[in-house]
Parts: sequence; structure tokens; C-alpha cells
Amino acid sequence: MPGFDFSNHTRNAALHARGVPLPKSTSTGTTIVGCIFDGGVVIAADTRATSGPIVADKNCEKLHYIAPQIWCAGAGTAADTEFTTALISSQLELHSLSTGRKPRVVTCMTMLKQHLFRYQGHIGAYLVVAGVDPTGVGLFTVHAHGSTDKLPYVTMGSGSLAAMSVFETQWKPSLTQEEAVKLASNAIQAGIFNDLGSGSNVDVAIITKDKTTLKRGYVRPNQRSEKQKSYIFARGTTAVLNEKIIRKEEISKYVSVHDLGSEETASGEKMDIDA
Amino acid sequence: MEFGTTGMLNEDGIHVDMERLKKGEVNLGTSIMAINFKDGVILGADSRTTTGAYIANRVTDKLTQVHDTIWCCRSGSAADTQAVADIVHYQLGMYGVMNGRQPTTQTAAAMFQELCYENKDRLSAGLIIAGWDERHGGQVYSIPLGGSLHKQSYAIGGSGSTYIYGYCDANWREGMNEEEAVNFVKGSLQEAIKWDGSSGGVIRMVVLTQKGADRHLYLPDSNYAVRHQ
Repeated sequence: MPGFDFSNHTRNAALHARGVPLPKSTSTGTTIVGCIFDGGVVIAADTRATSGPIVADKNCEKLHYIAPQIWCAGAGTAADTEFTTALISSQLELHSLSTGRKPRVVTCMTMLKQHLFRYQGHIGAYLVVAGVDPTGVGLFTVHAHGSTDKLPYVTMGSGSLAAMSVFETQWKPSLTQEEAVKLASNAIQAGIFNDLGSGSNVDVAIITKDKTTLKRGYVRPNQRSEKQKSYIFARGTTAVLNEKIIRKEEISKYVSVHDLGSEETASGEKMDIDA
Repeated sequence: MEFGTTGMLNEDGIHVDMERLKKGEVNLGTSIMAINFKDGVILGADSRTTTGAYIANRVTDKLTQVHDTIWCCRSGSAADTQAVADIVHYQLGMYGVMNGRQPTTQTAAAMFQELCYENKDRLSAGLIIAGWDERHGGQVYSIPLGGSLHKQSYAIGGSGSTYIYGYCDANWREGMNEEEAVNFVKGSLQEAIKWDGSSGGVIRMVVLTQKGADRHLYLPDSNYAVRHQ
């Protein structure tokens, strides 16, 4: 049977109560944002993936493809955002082929929310869905439990508070594409610098009626600078206290050597080659 | 699902579900109401949605259309109430097409009750259904947590409603005109927002009459005095 298996739940809860730690999953700290502008929508994300206190990936992709004109930014459990977006992308492509119409952002949002609601929050995907379709521009947030919101500017993830403070102070009802991209990237940078769960670079996706532009590493505020000095130790830094040479012929004095026949040696080293 | 540091086990080692609302779930800690007046019904709500202490949306629309002149006010879990409203929206659409006539508010309320009662152990949804139809005019129904259905002259709900039972009881009058009714809803919700920390933002209203649905919006900037949109 496909789906989740909860048969170990009671055992795991009992083990946890006796002090066994829960397994860690990747990426709960993230900053993702979305913002509508005149003629399109922009979404942006940081590129840090974490596993507990460890940075698991310094330059991961949190902007997911759904359809050519619909993209998704994901926060929460990395595996869940990756697989739910891939699943819905596939279903939406088939839906588009069978209806002969371009996929819509509301359709994508509805499929995501119904999928996530069915799993009652066990799929930890928190998403910003954005795109342009024949009905116009769309921007939504979808929470893991299946609730959705429709807003002109949105933030999600642990850095959402820092990012939202940028939108709440700088956003205005009418924005040009350049202004919106700048605003979204500033919001992500607020997350990168003020939230421990977010970091590294800013990825941006700009969607308009005519085309989608993915700008990977749009801003790189955390480049490793050139080392001021070489820290390679010079040869001879470590003092040689004594020296002893062991010759191959005398090796049996130190270890026991079993001589394998030449045929046996060959069988181990020879590769099987297709006839 | 996250466990606390104790794993929340009782003395028999059985897991105890302490919180009805799952951790991190989006909550509509809300003030909602719907009232009857001379020409129909008015639905009203605040606009705050929260995840813990964070306001996830400050301009939420908790008044949801399920048919032309049948709407509902949502409180409790955002995910649960949206899912229920989406299903009833679909069912009422089908009902209209299959029977060749518009569904009544009572029919809509019965559909909501069916879902809320049959899934009572899985849902946290407090709904108020209000609508106008040719047969009965304006009607207000309330469906609290257990899934019971109550026809009322006016209904209040959500965490903020506890603060305005006195206000509503003192100021309610049968057969108000539209202006009086709008002011009654607005006055009640202003008090609920004032006293309830989980309610806030703008006040949204929908007036349902024979003429159809009319939306109202009042912002806190002008102390909810000016109607926008």
C-alpha cells in the first residue's frame, strides 16, 4: 500500500520519552518571498539547507519548476518540498495536455492544498506559488496543513519575519519589474543576515506574460574571499626523530605473508569483460 | 508531528494528544458573526490569521462564498475550514445544475453539518452559514465544534465572540434596517477586536439581499468609520 506507515508511532514515542533523539531532516530554516509587480510576479529564496545546527548545503535550489510560467519557492522539509512540487508539476502537465489549455496558478494551488490537506501536515511543505496564466498574475502561500492565502506580497520560512519587515516598510501598490526584484532580493537578504536558519546567496525567478527568467545567485553576499596568506606547511617543518628502512624482501619479519598462486591473484584482479 | 521533551506519555506509556490543534497549524483565532435584518442577512469578520504568536495574514478574508447568495464565516483551523468550504462550494454548484434551481440556505447548512458532524474527531471548524434565497429570505445558521446545527436570528463565533455576548444581547433588535444592521455588526466586531488579542486588522462585511451580495471594508486607520472599496 502506498502512503505513510504509522505502525511504529507508539514505539517511537515511547523511545523518545526514554531519551532517544528523533531523526533529523534537512532544511527547516529558510527565507522565501514573493511579490507582484505591474505585468508579472517575482519569487526569491536564500540557498542555505540545514540539518539541525549543520549547514548541509551552502548553495541549494529552493525555487522549483511547476510549469513554464508557474514556479514555486519551498520552505520546510527539503525532501517534501522537492517531491510535492515534482508530483504536482507532473499532474499539471498531464492536466494541461488533456484539456488543451495552459495550466493556471489557481489550479496548481488547489492541487497542492488538497494533496497537503490529505496528509494532515505530515508532509512538511510550506510553499509560495507564483505564476502568470491566461487569467492574469497569481501569487499564493500554501501551508503544510493545507491552508492557503492570496496576497500581493508574501514571505515564508524561519526568515519570514525579517523579510516581512522589509515588505511592510518598502512595499507600494504599483511596482516596476526592477523595483519588485530589488525589493524581493532585499527581503531575502534581511533573512540571510538576520536569521540563523537562512544564508548564502539569493535566487530569483521573474515571471511575466512573455517569459520566465531564473536568476541563480542573483546576489552573492557571502563569497569566500582570497586567503591573505598560504597556510601550507613548508617541507621539513615536522622534525624527524628517527628513520628506519624496511626492505620488501624482509617484510615477512614484520607481517605474516601468504603467497597466493598466480592464477588466484589474477581472478581477483581481472575484470569481467562482455564477450 | 513534534513531541515535547517528555514525549507526552501518560503513566501507561500511551501517547496523549495534548493539543487539539496540531503544532504549527494556521489558526483563525477569530471574531465572526452573521445577523438577520429587514431585507436579508449581514456577515461580518475581522481579518487576522495566526501561527502561534505570528500574524500569518493581516488582511484575511474569512467570509467565503459557497453559492451566489449563500456565504459562510470561518473560525478554527484555516486548513480545515477552507477544505470544508471548498467541498460545499462544489456540492452547491452541482445541486444548482442538477435540480435546475438555486439551493436554499438550509440545504447549504445541512451540507456543512454533514461534513462537520461525520468528521467531528478530525476537524476543528466553527462555522456560521448565512444566505438569502427566494423561498425563505435571509437566514442564519451556526455550526459549533461538535457538528450541531442551530438556526438563529443572529450568531457570533470565534475566540473574540466571548467578549461581545453582553454587547450583542443589549443592542440586538429584530427587523433593523440596513444602516442599523451594519452599525450593529461593526460595533460588535470593534469591541471583539478591542478585547481579543487573536482578533484584529480590518473589518470585512457582506450584505446579502434580493439584490445580491454587497461587500463592505472598514480600515482601522479611520477607526473603522469610512467604508472603502
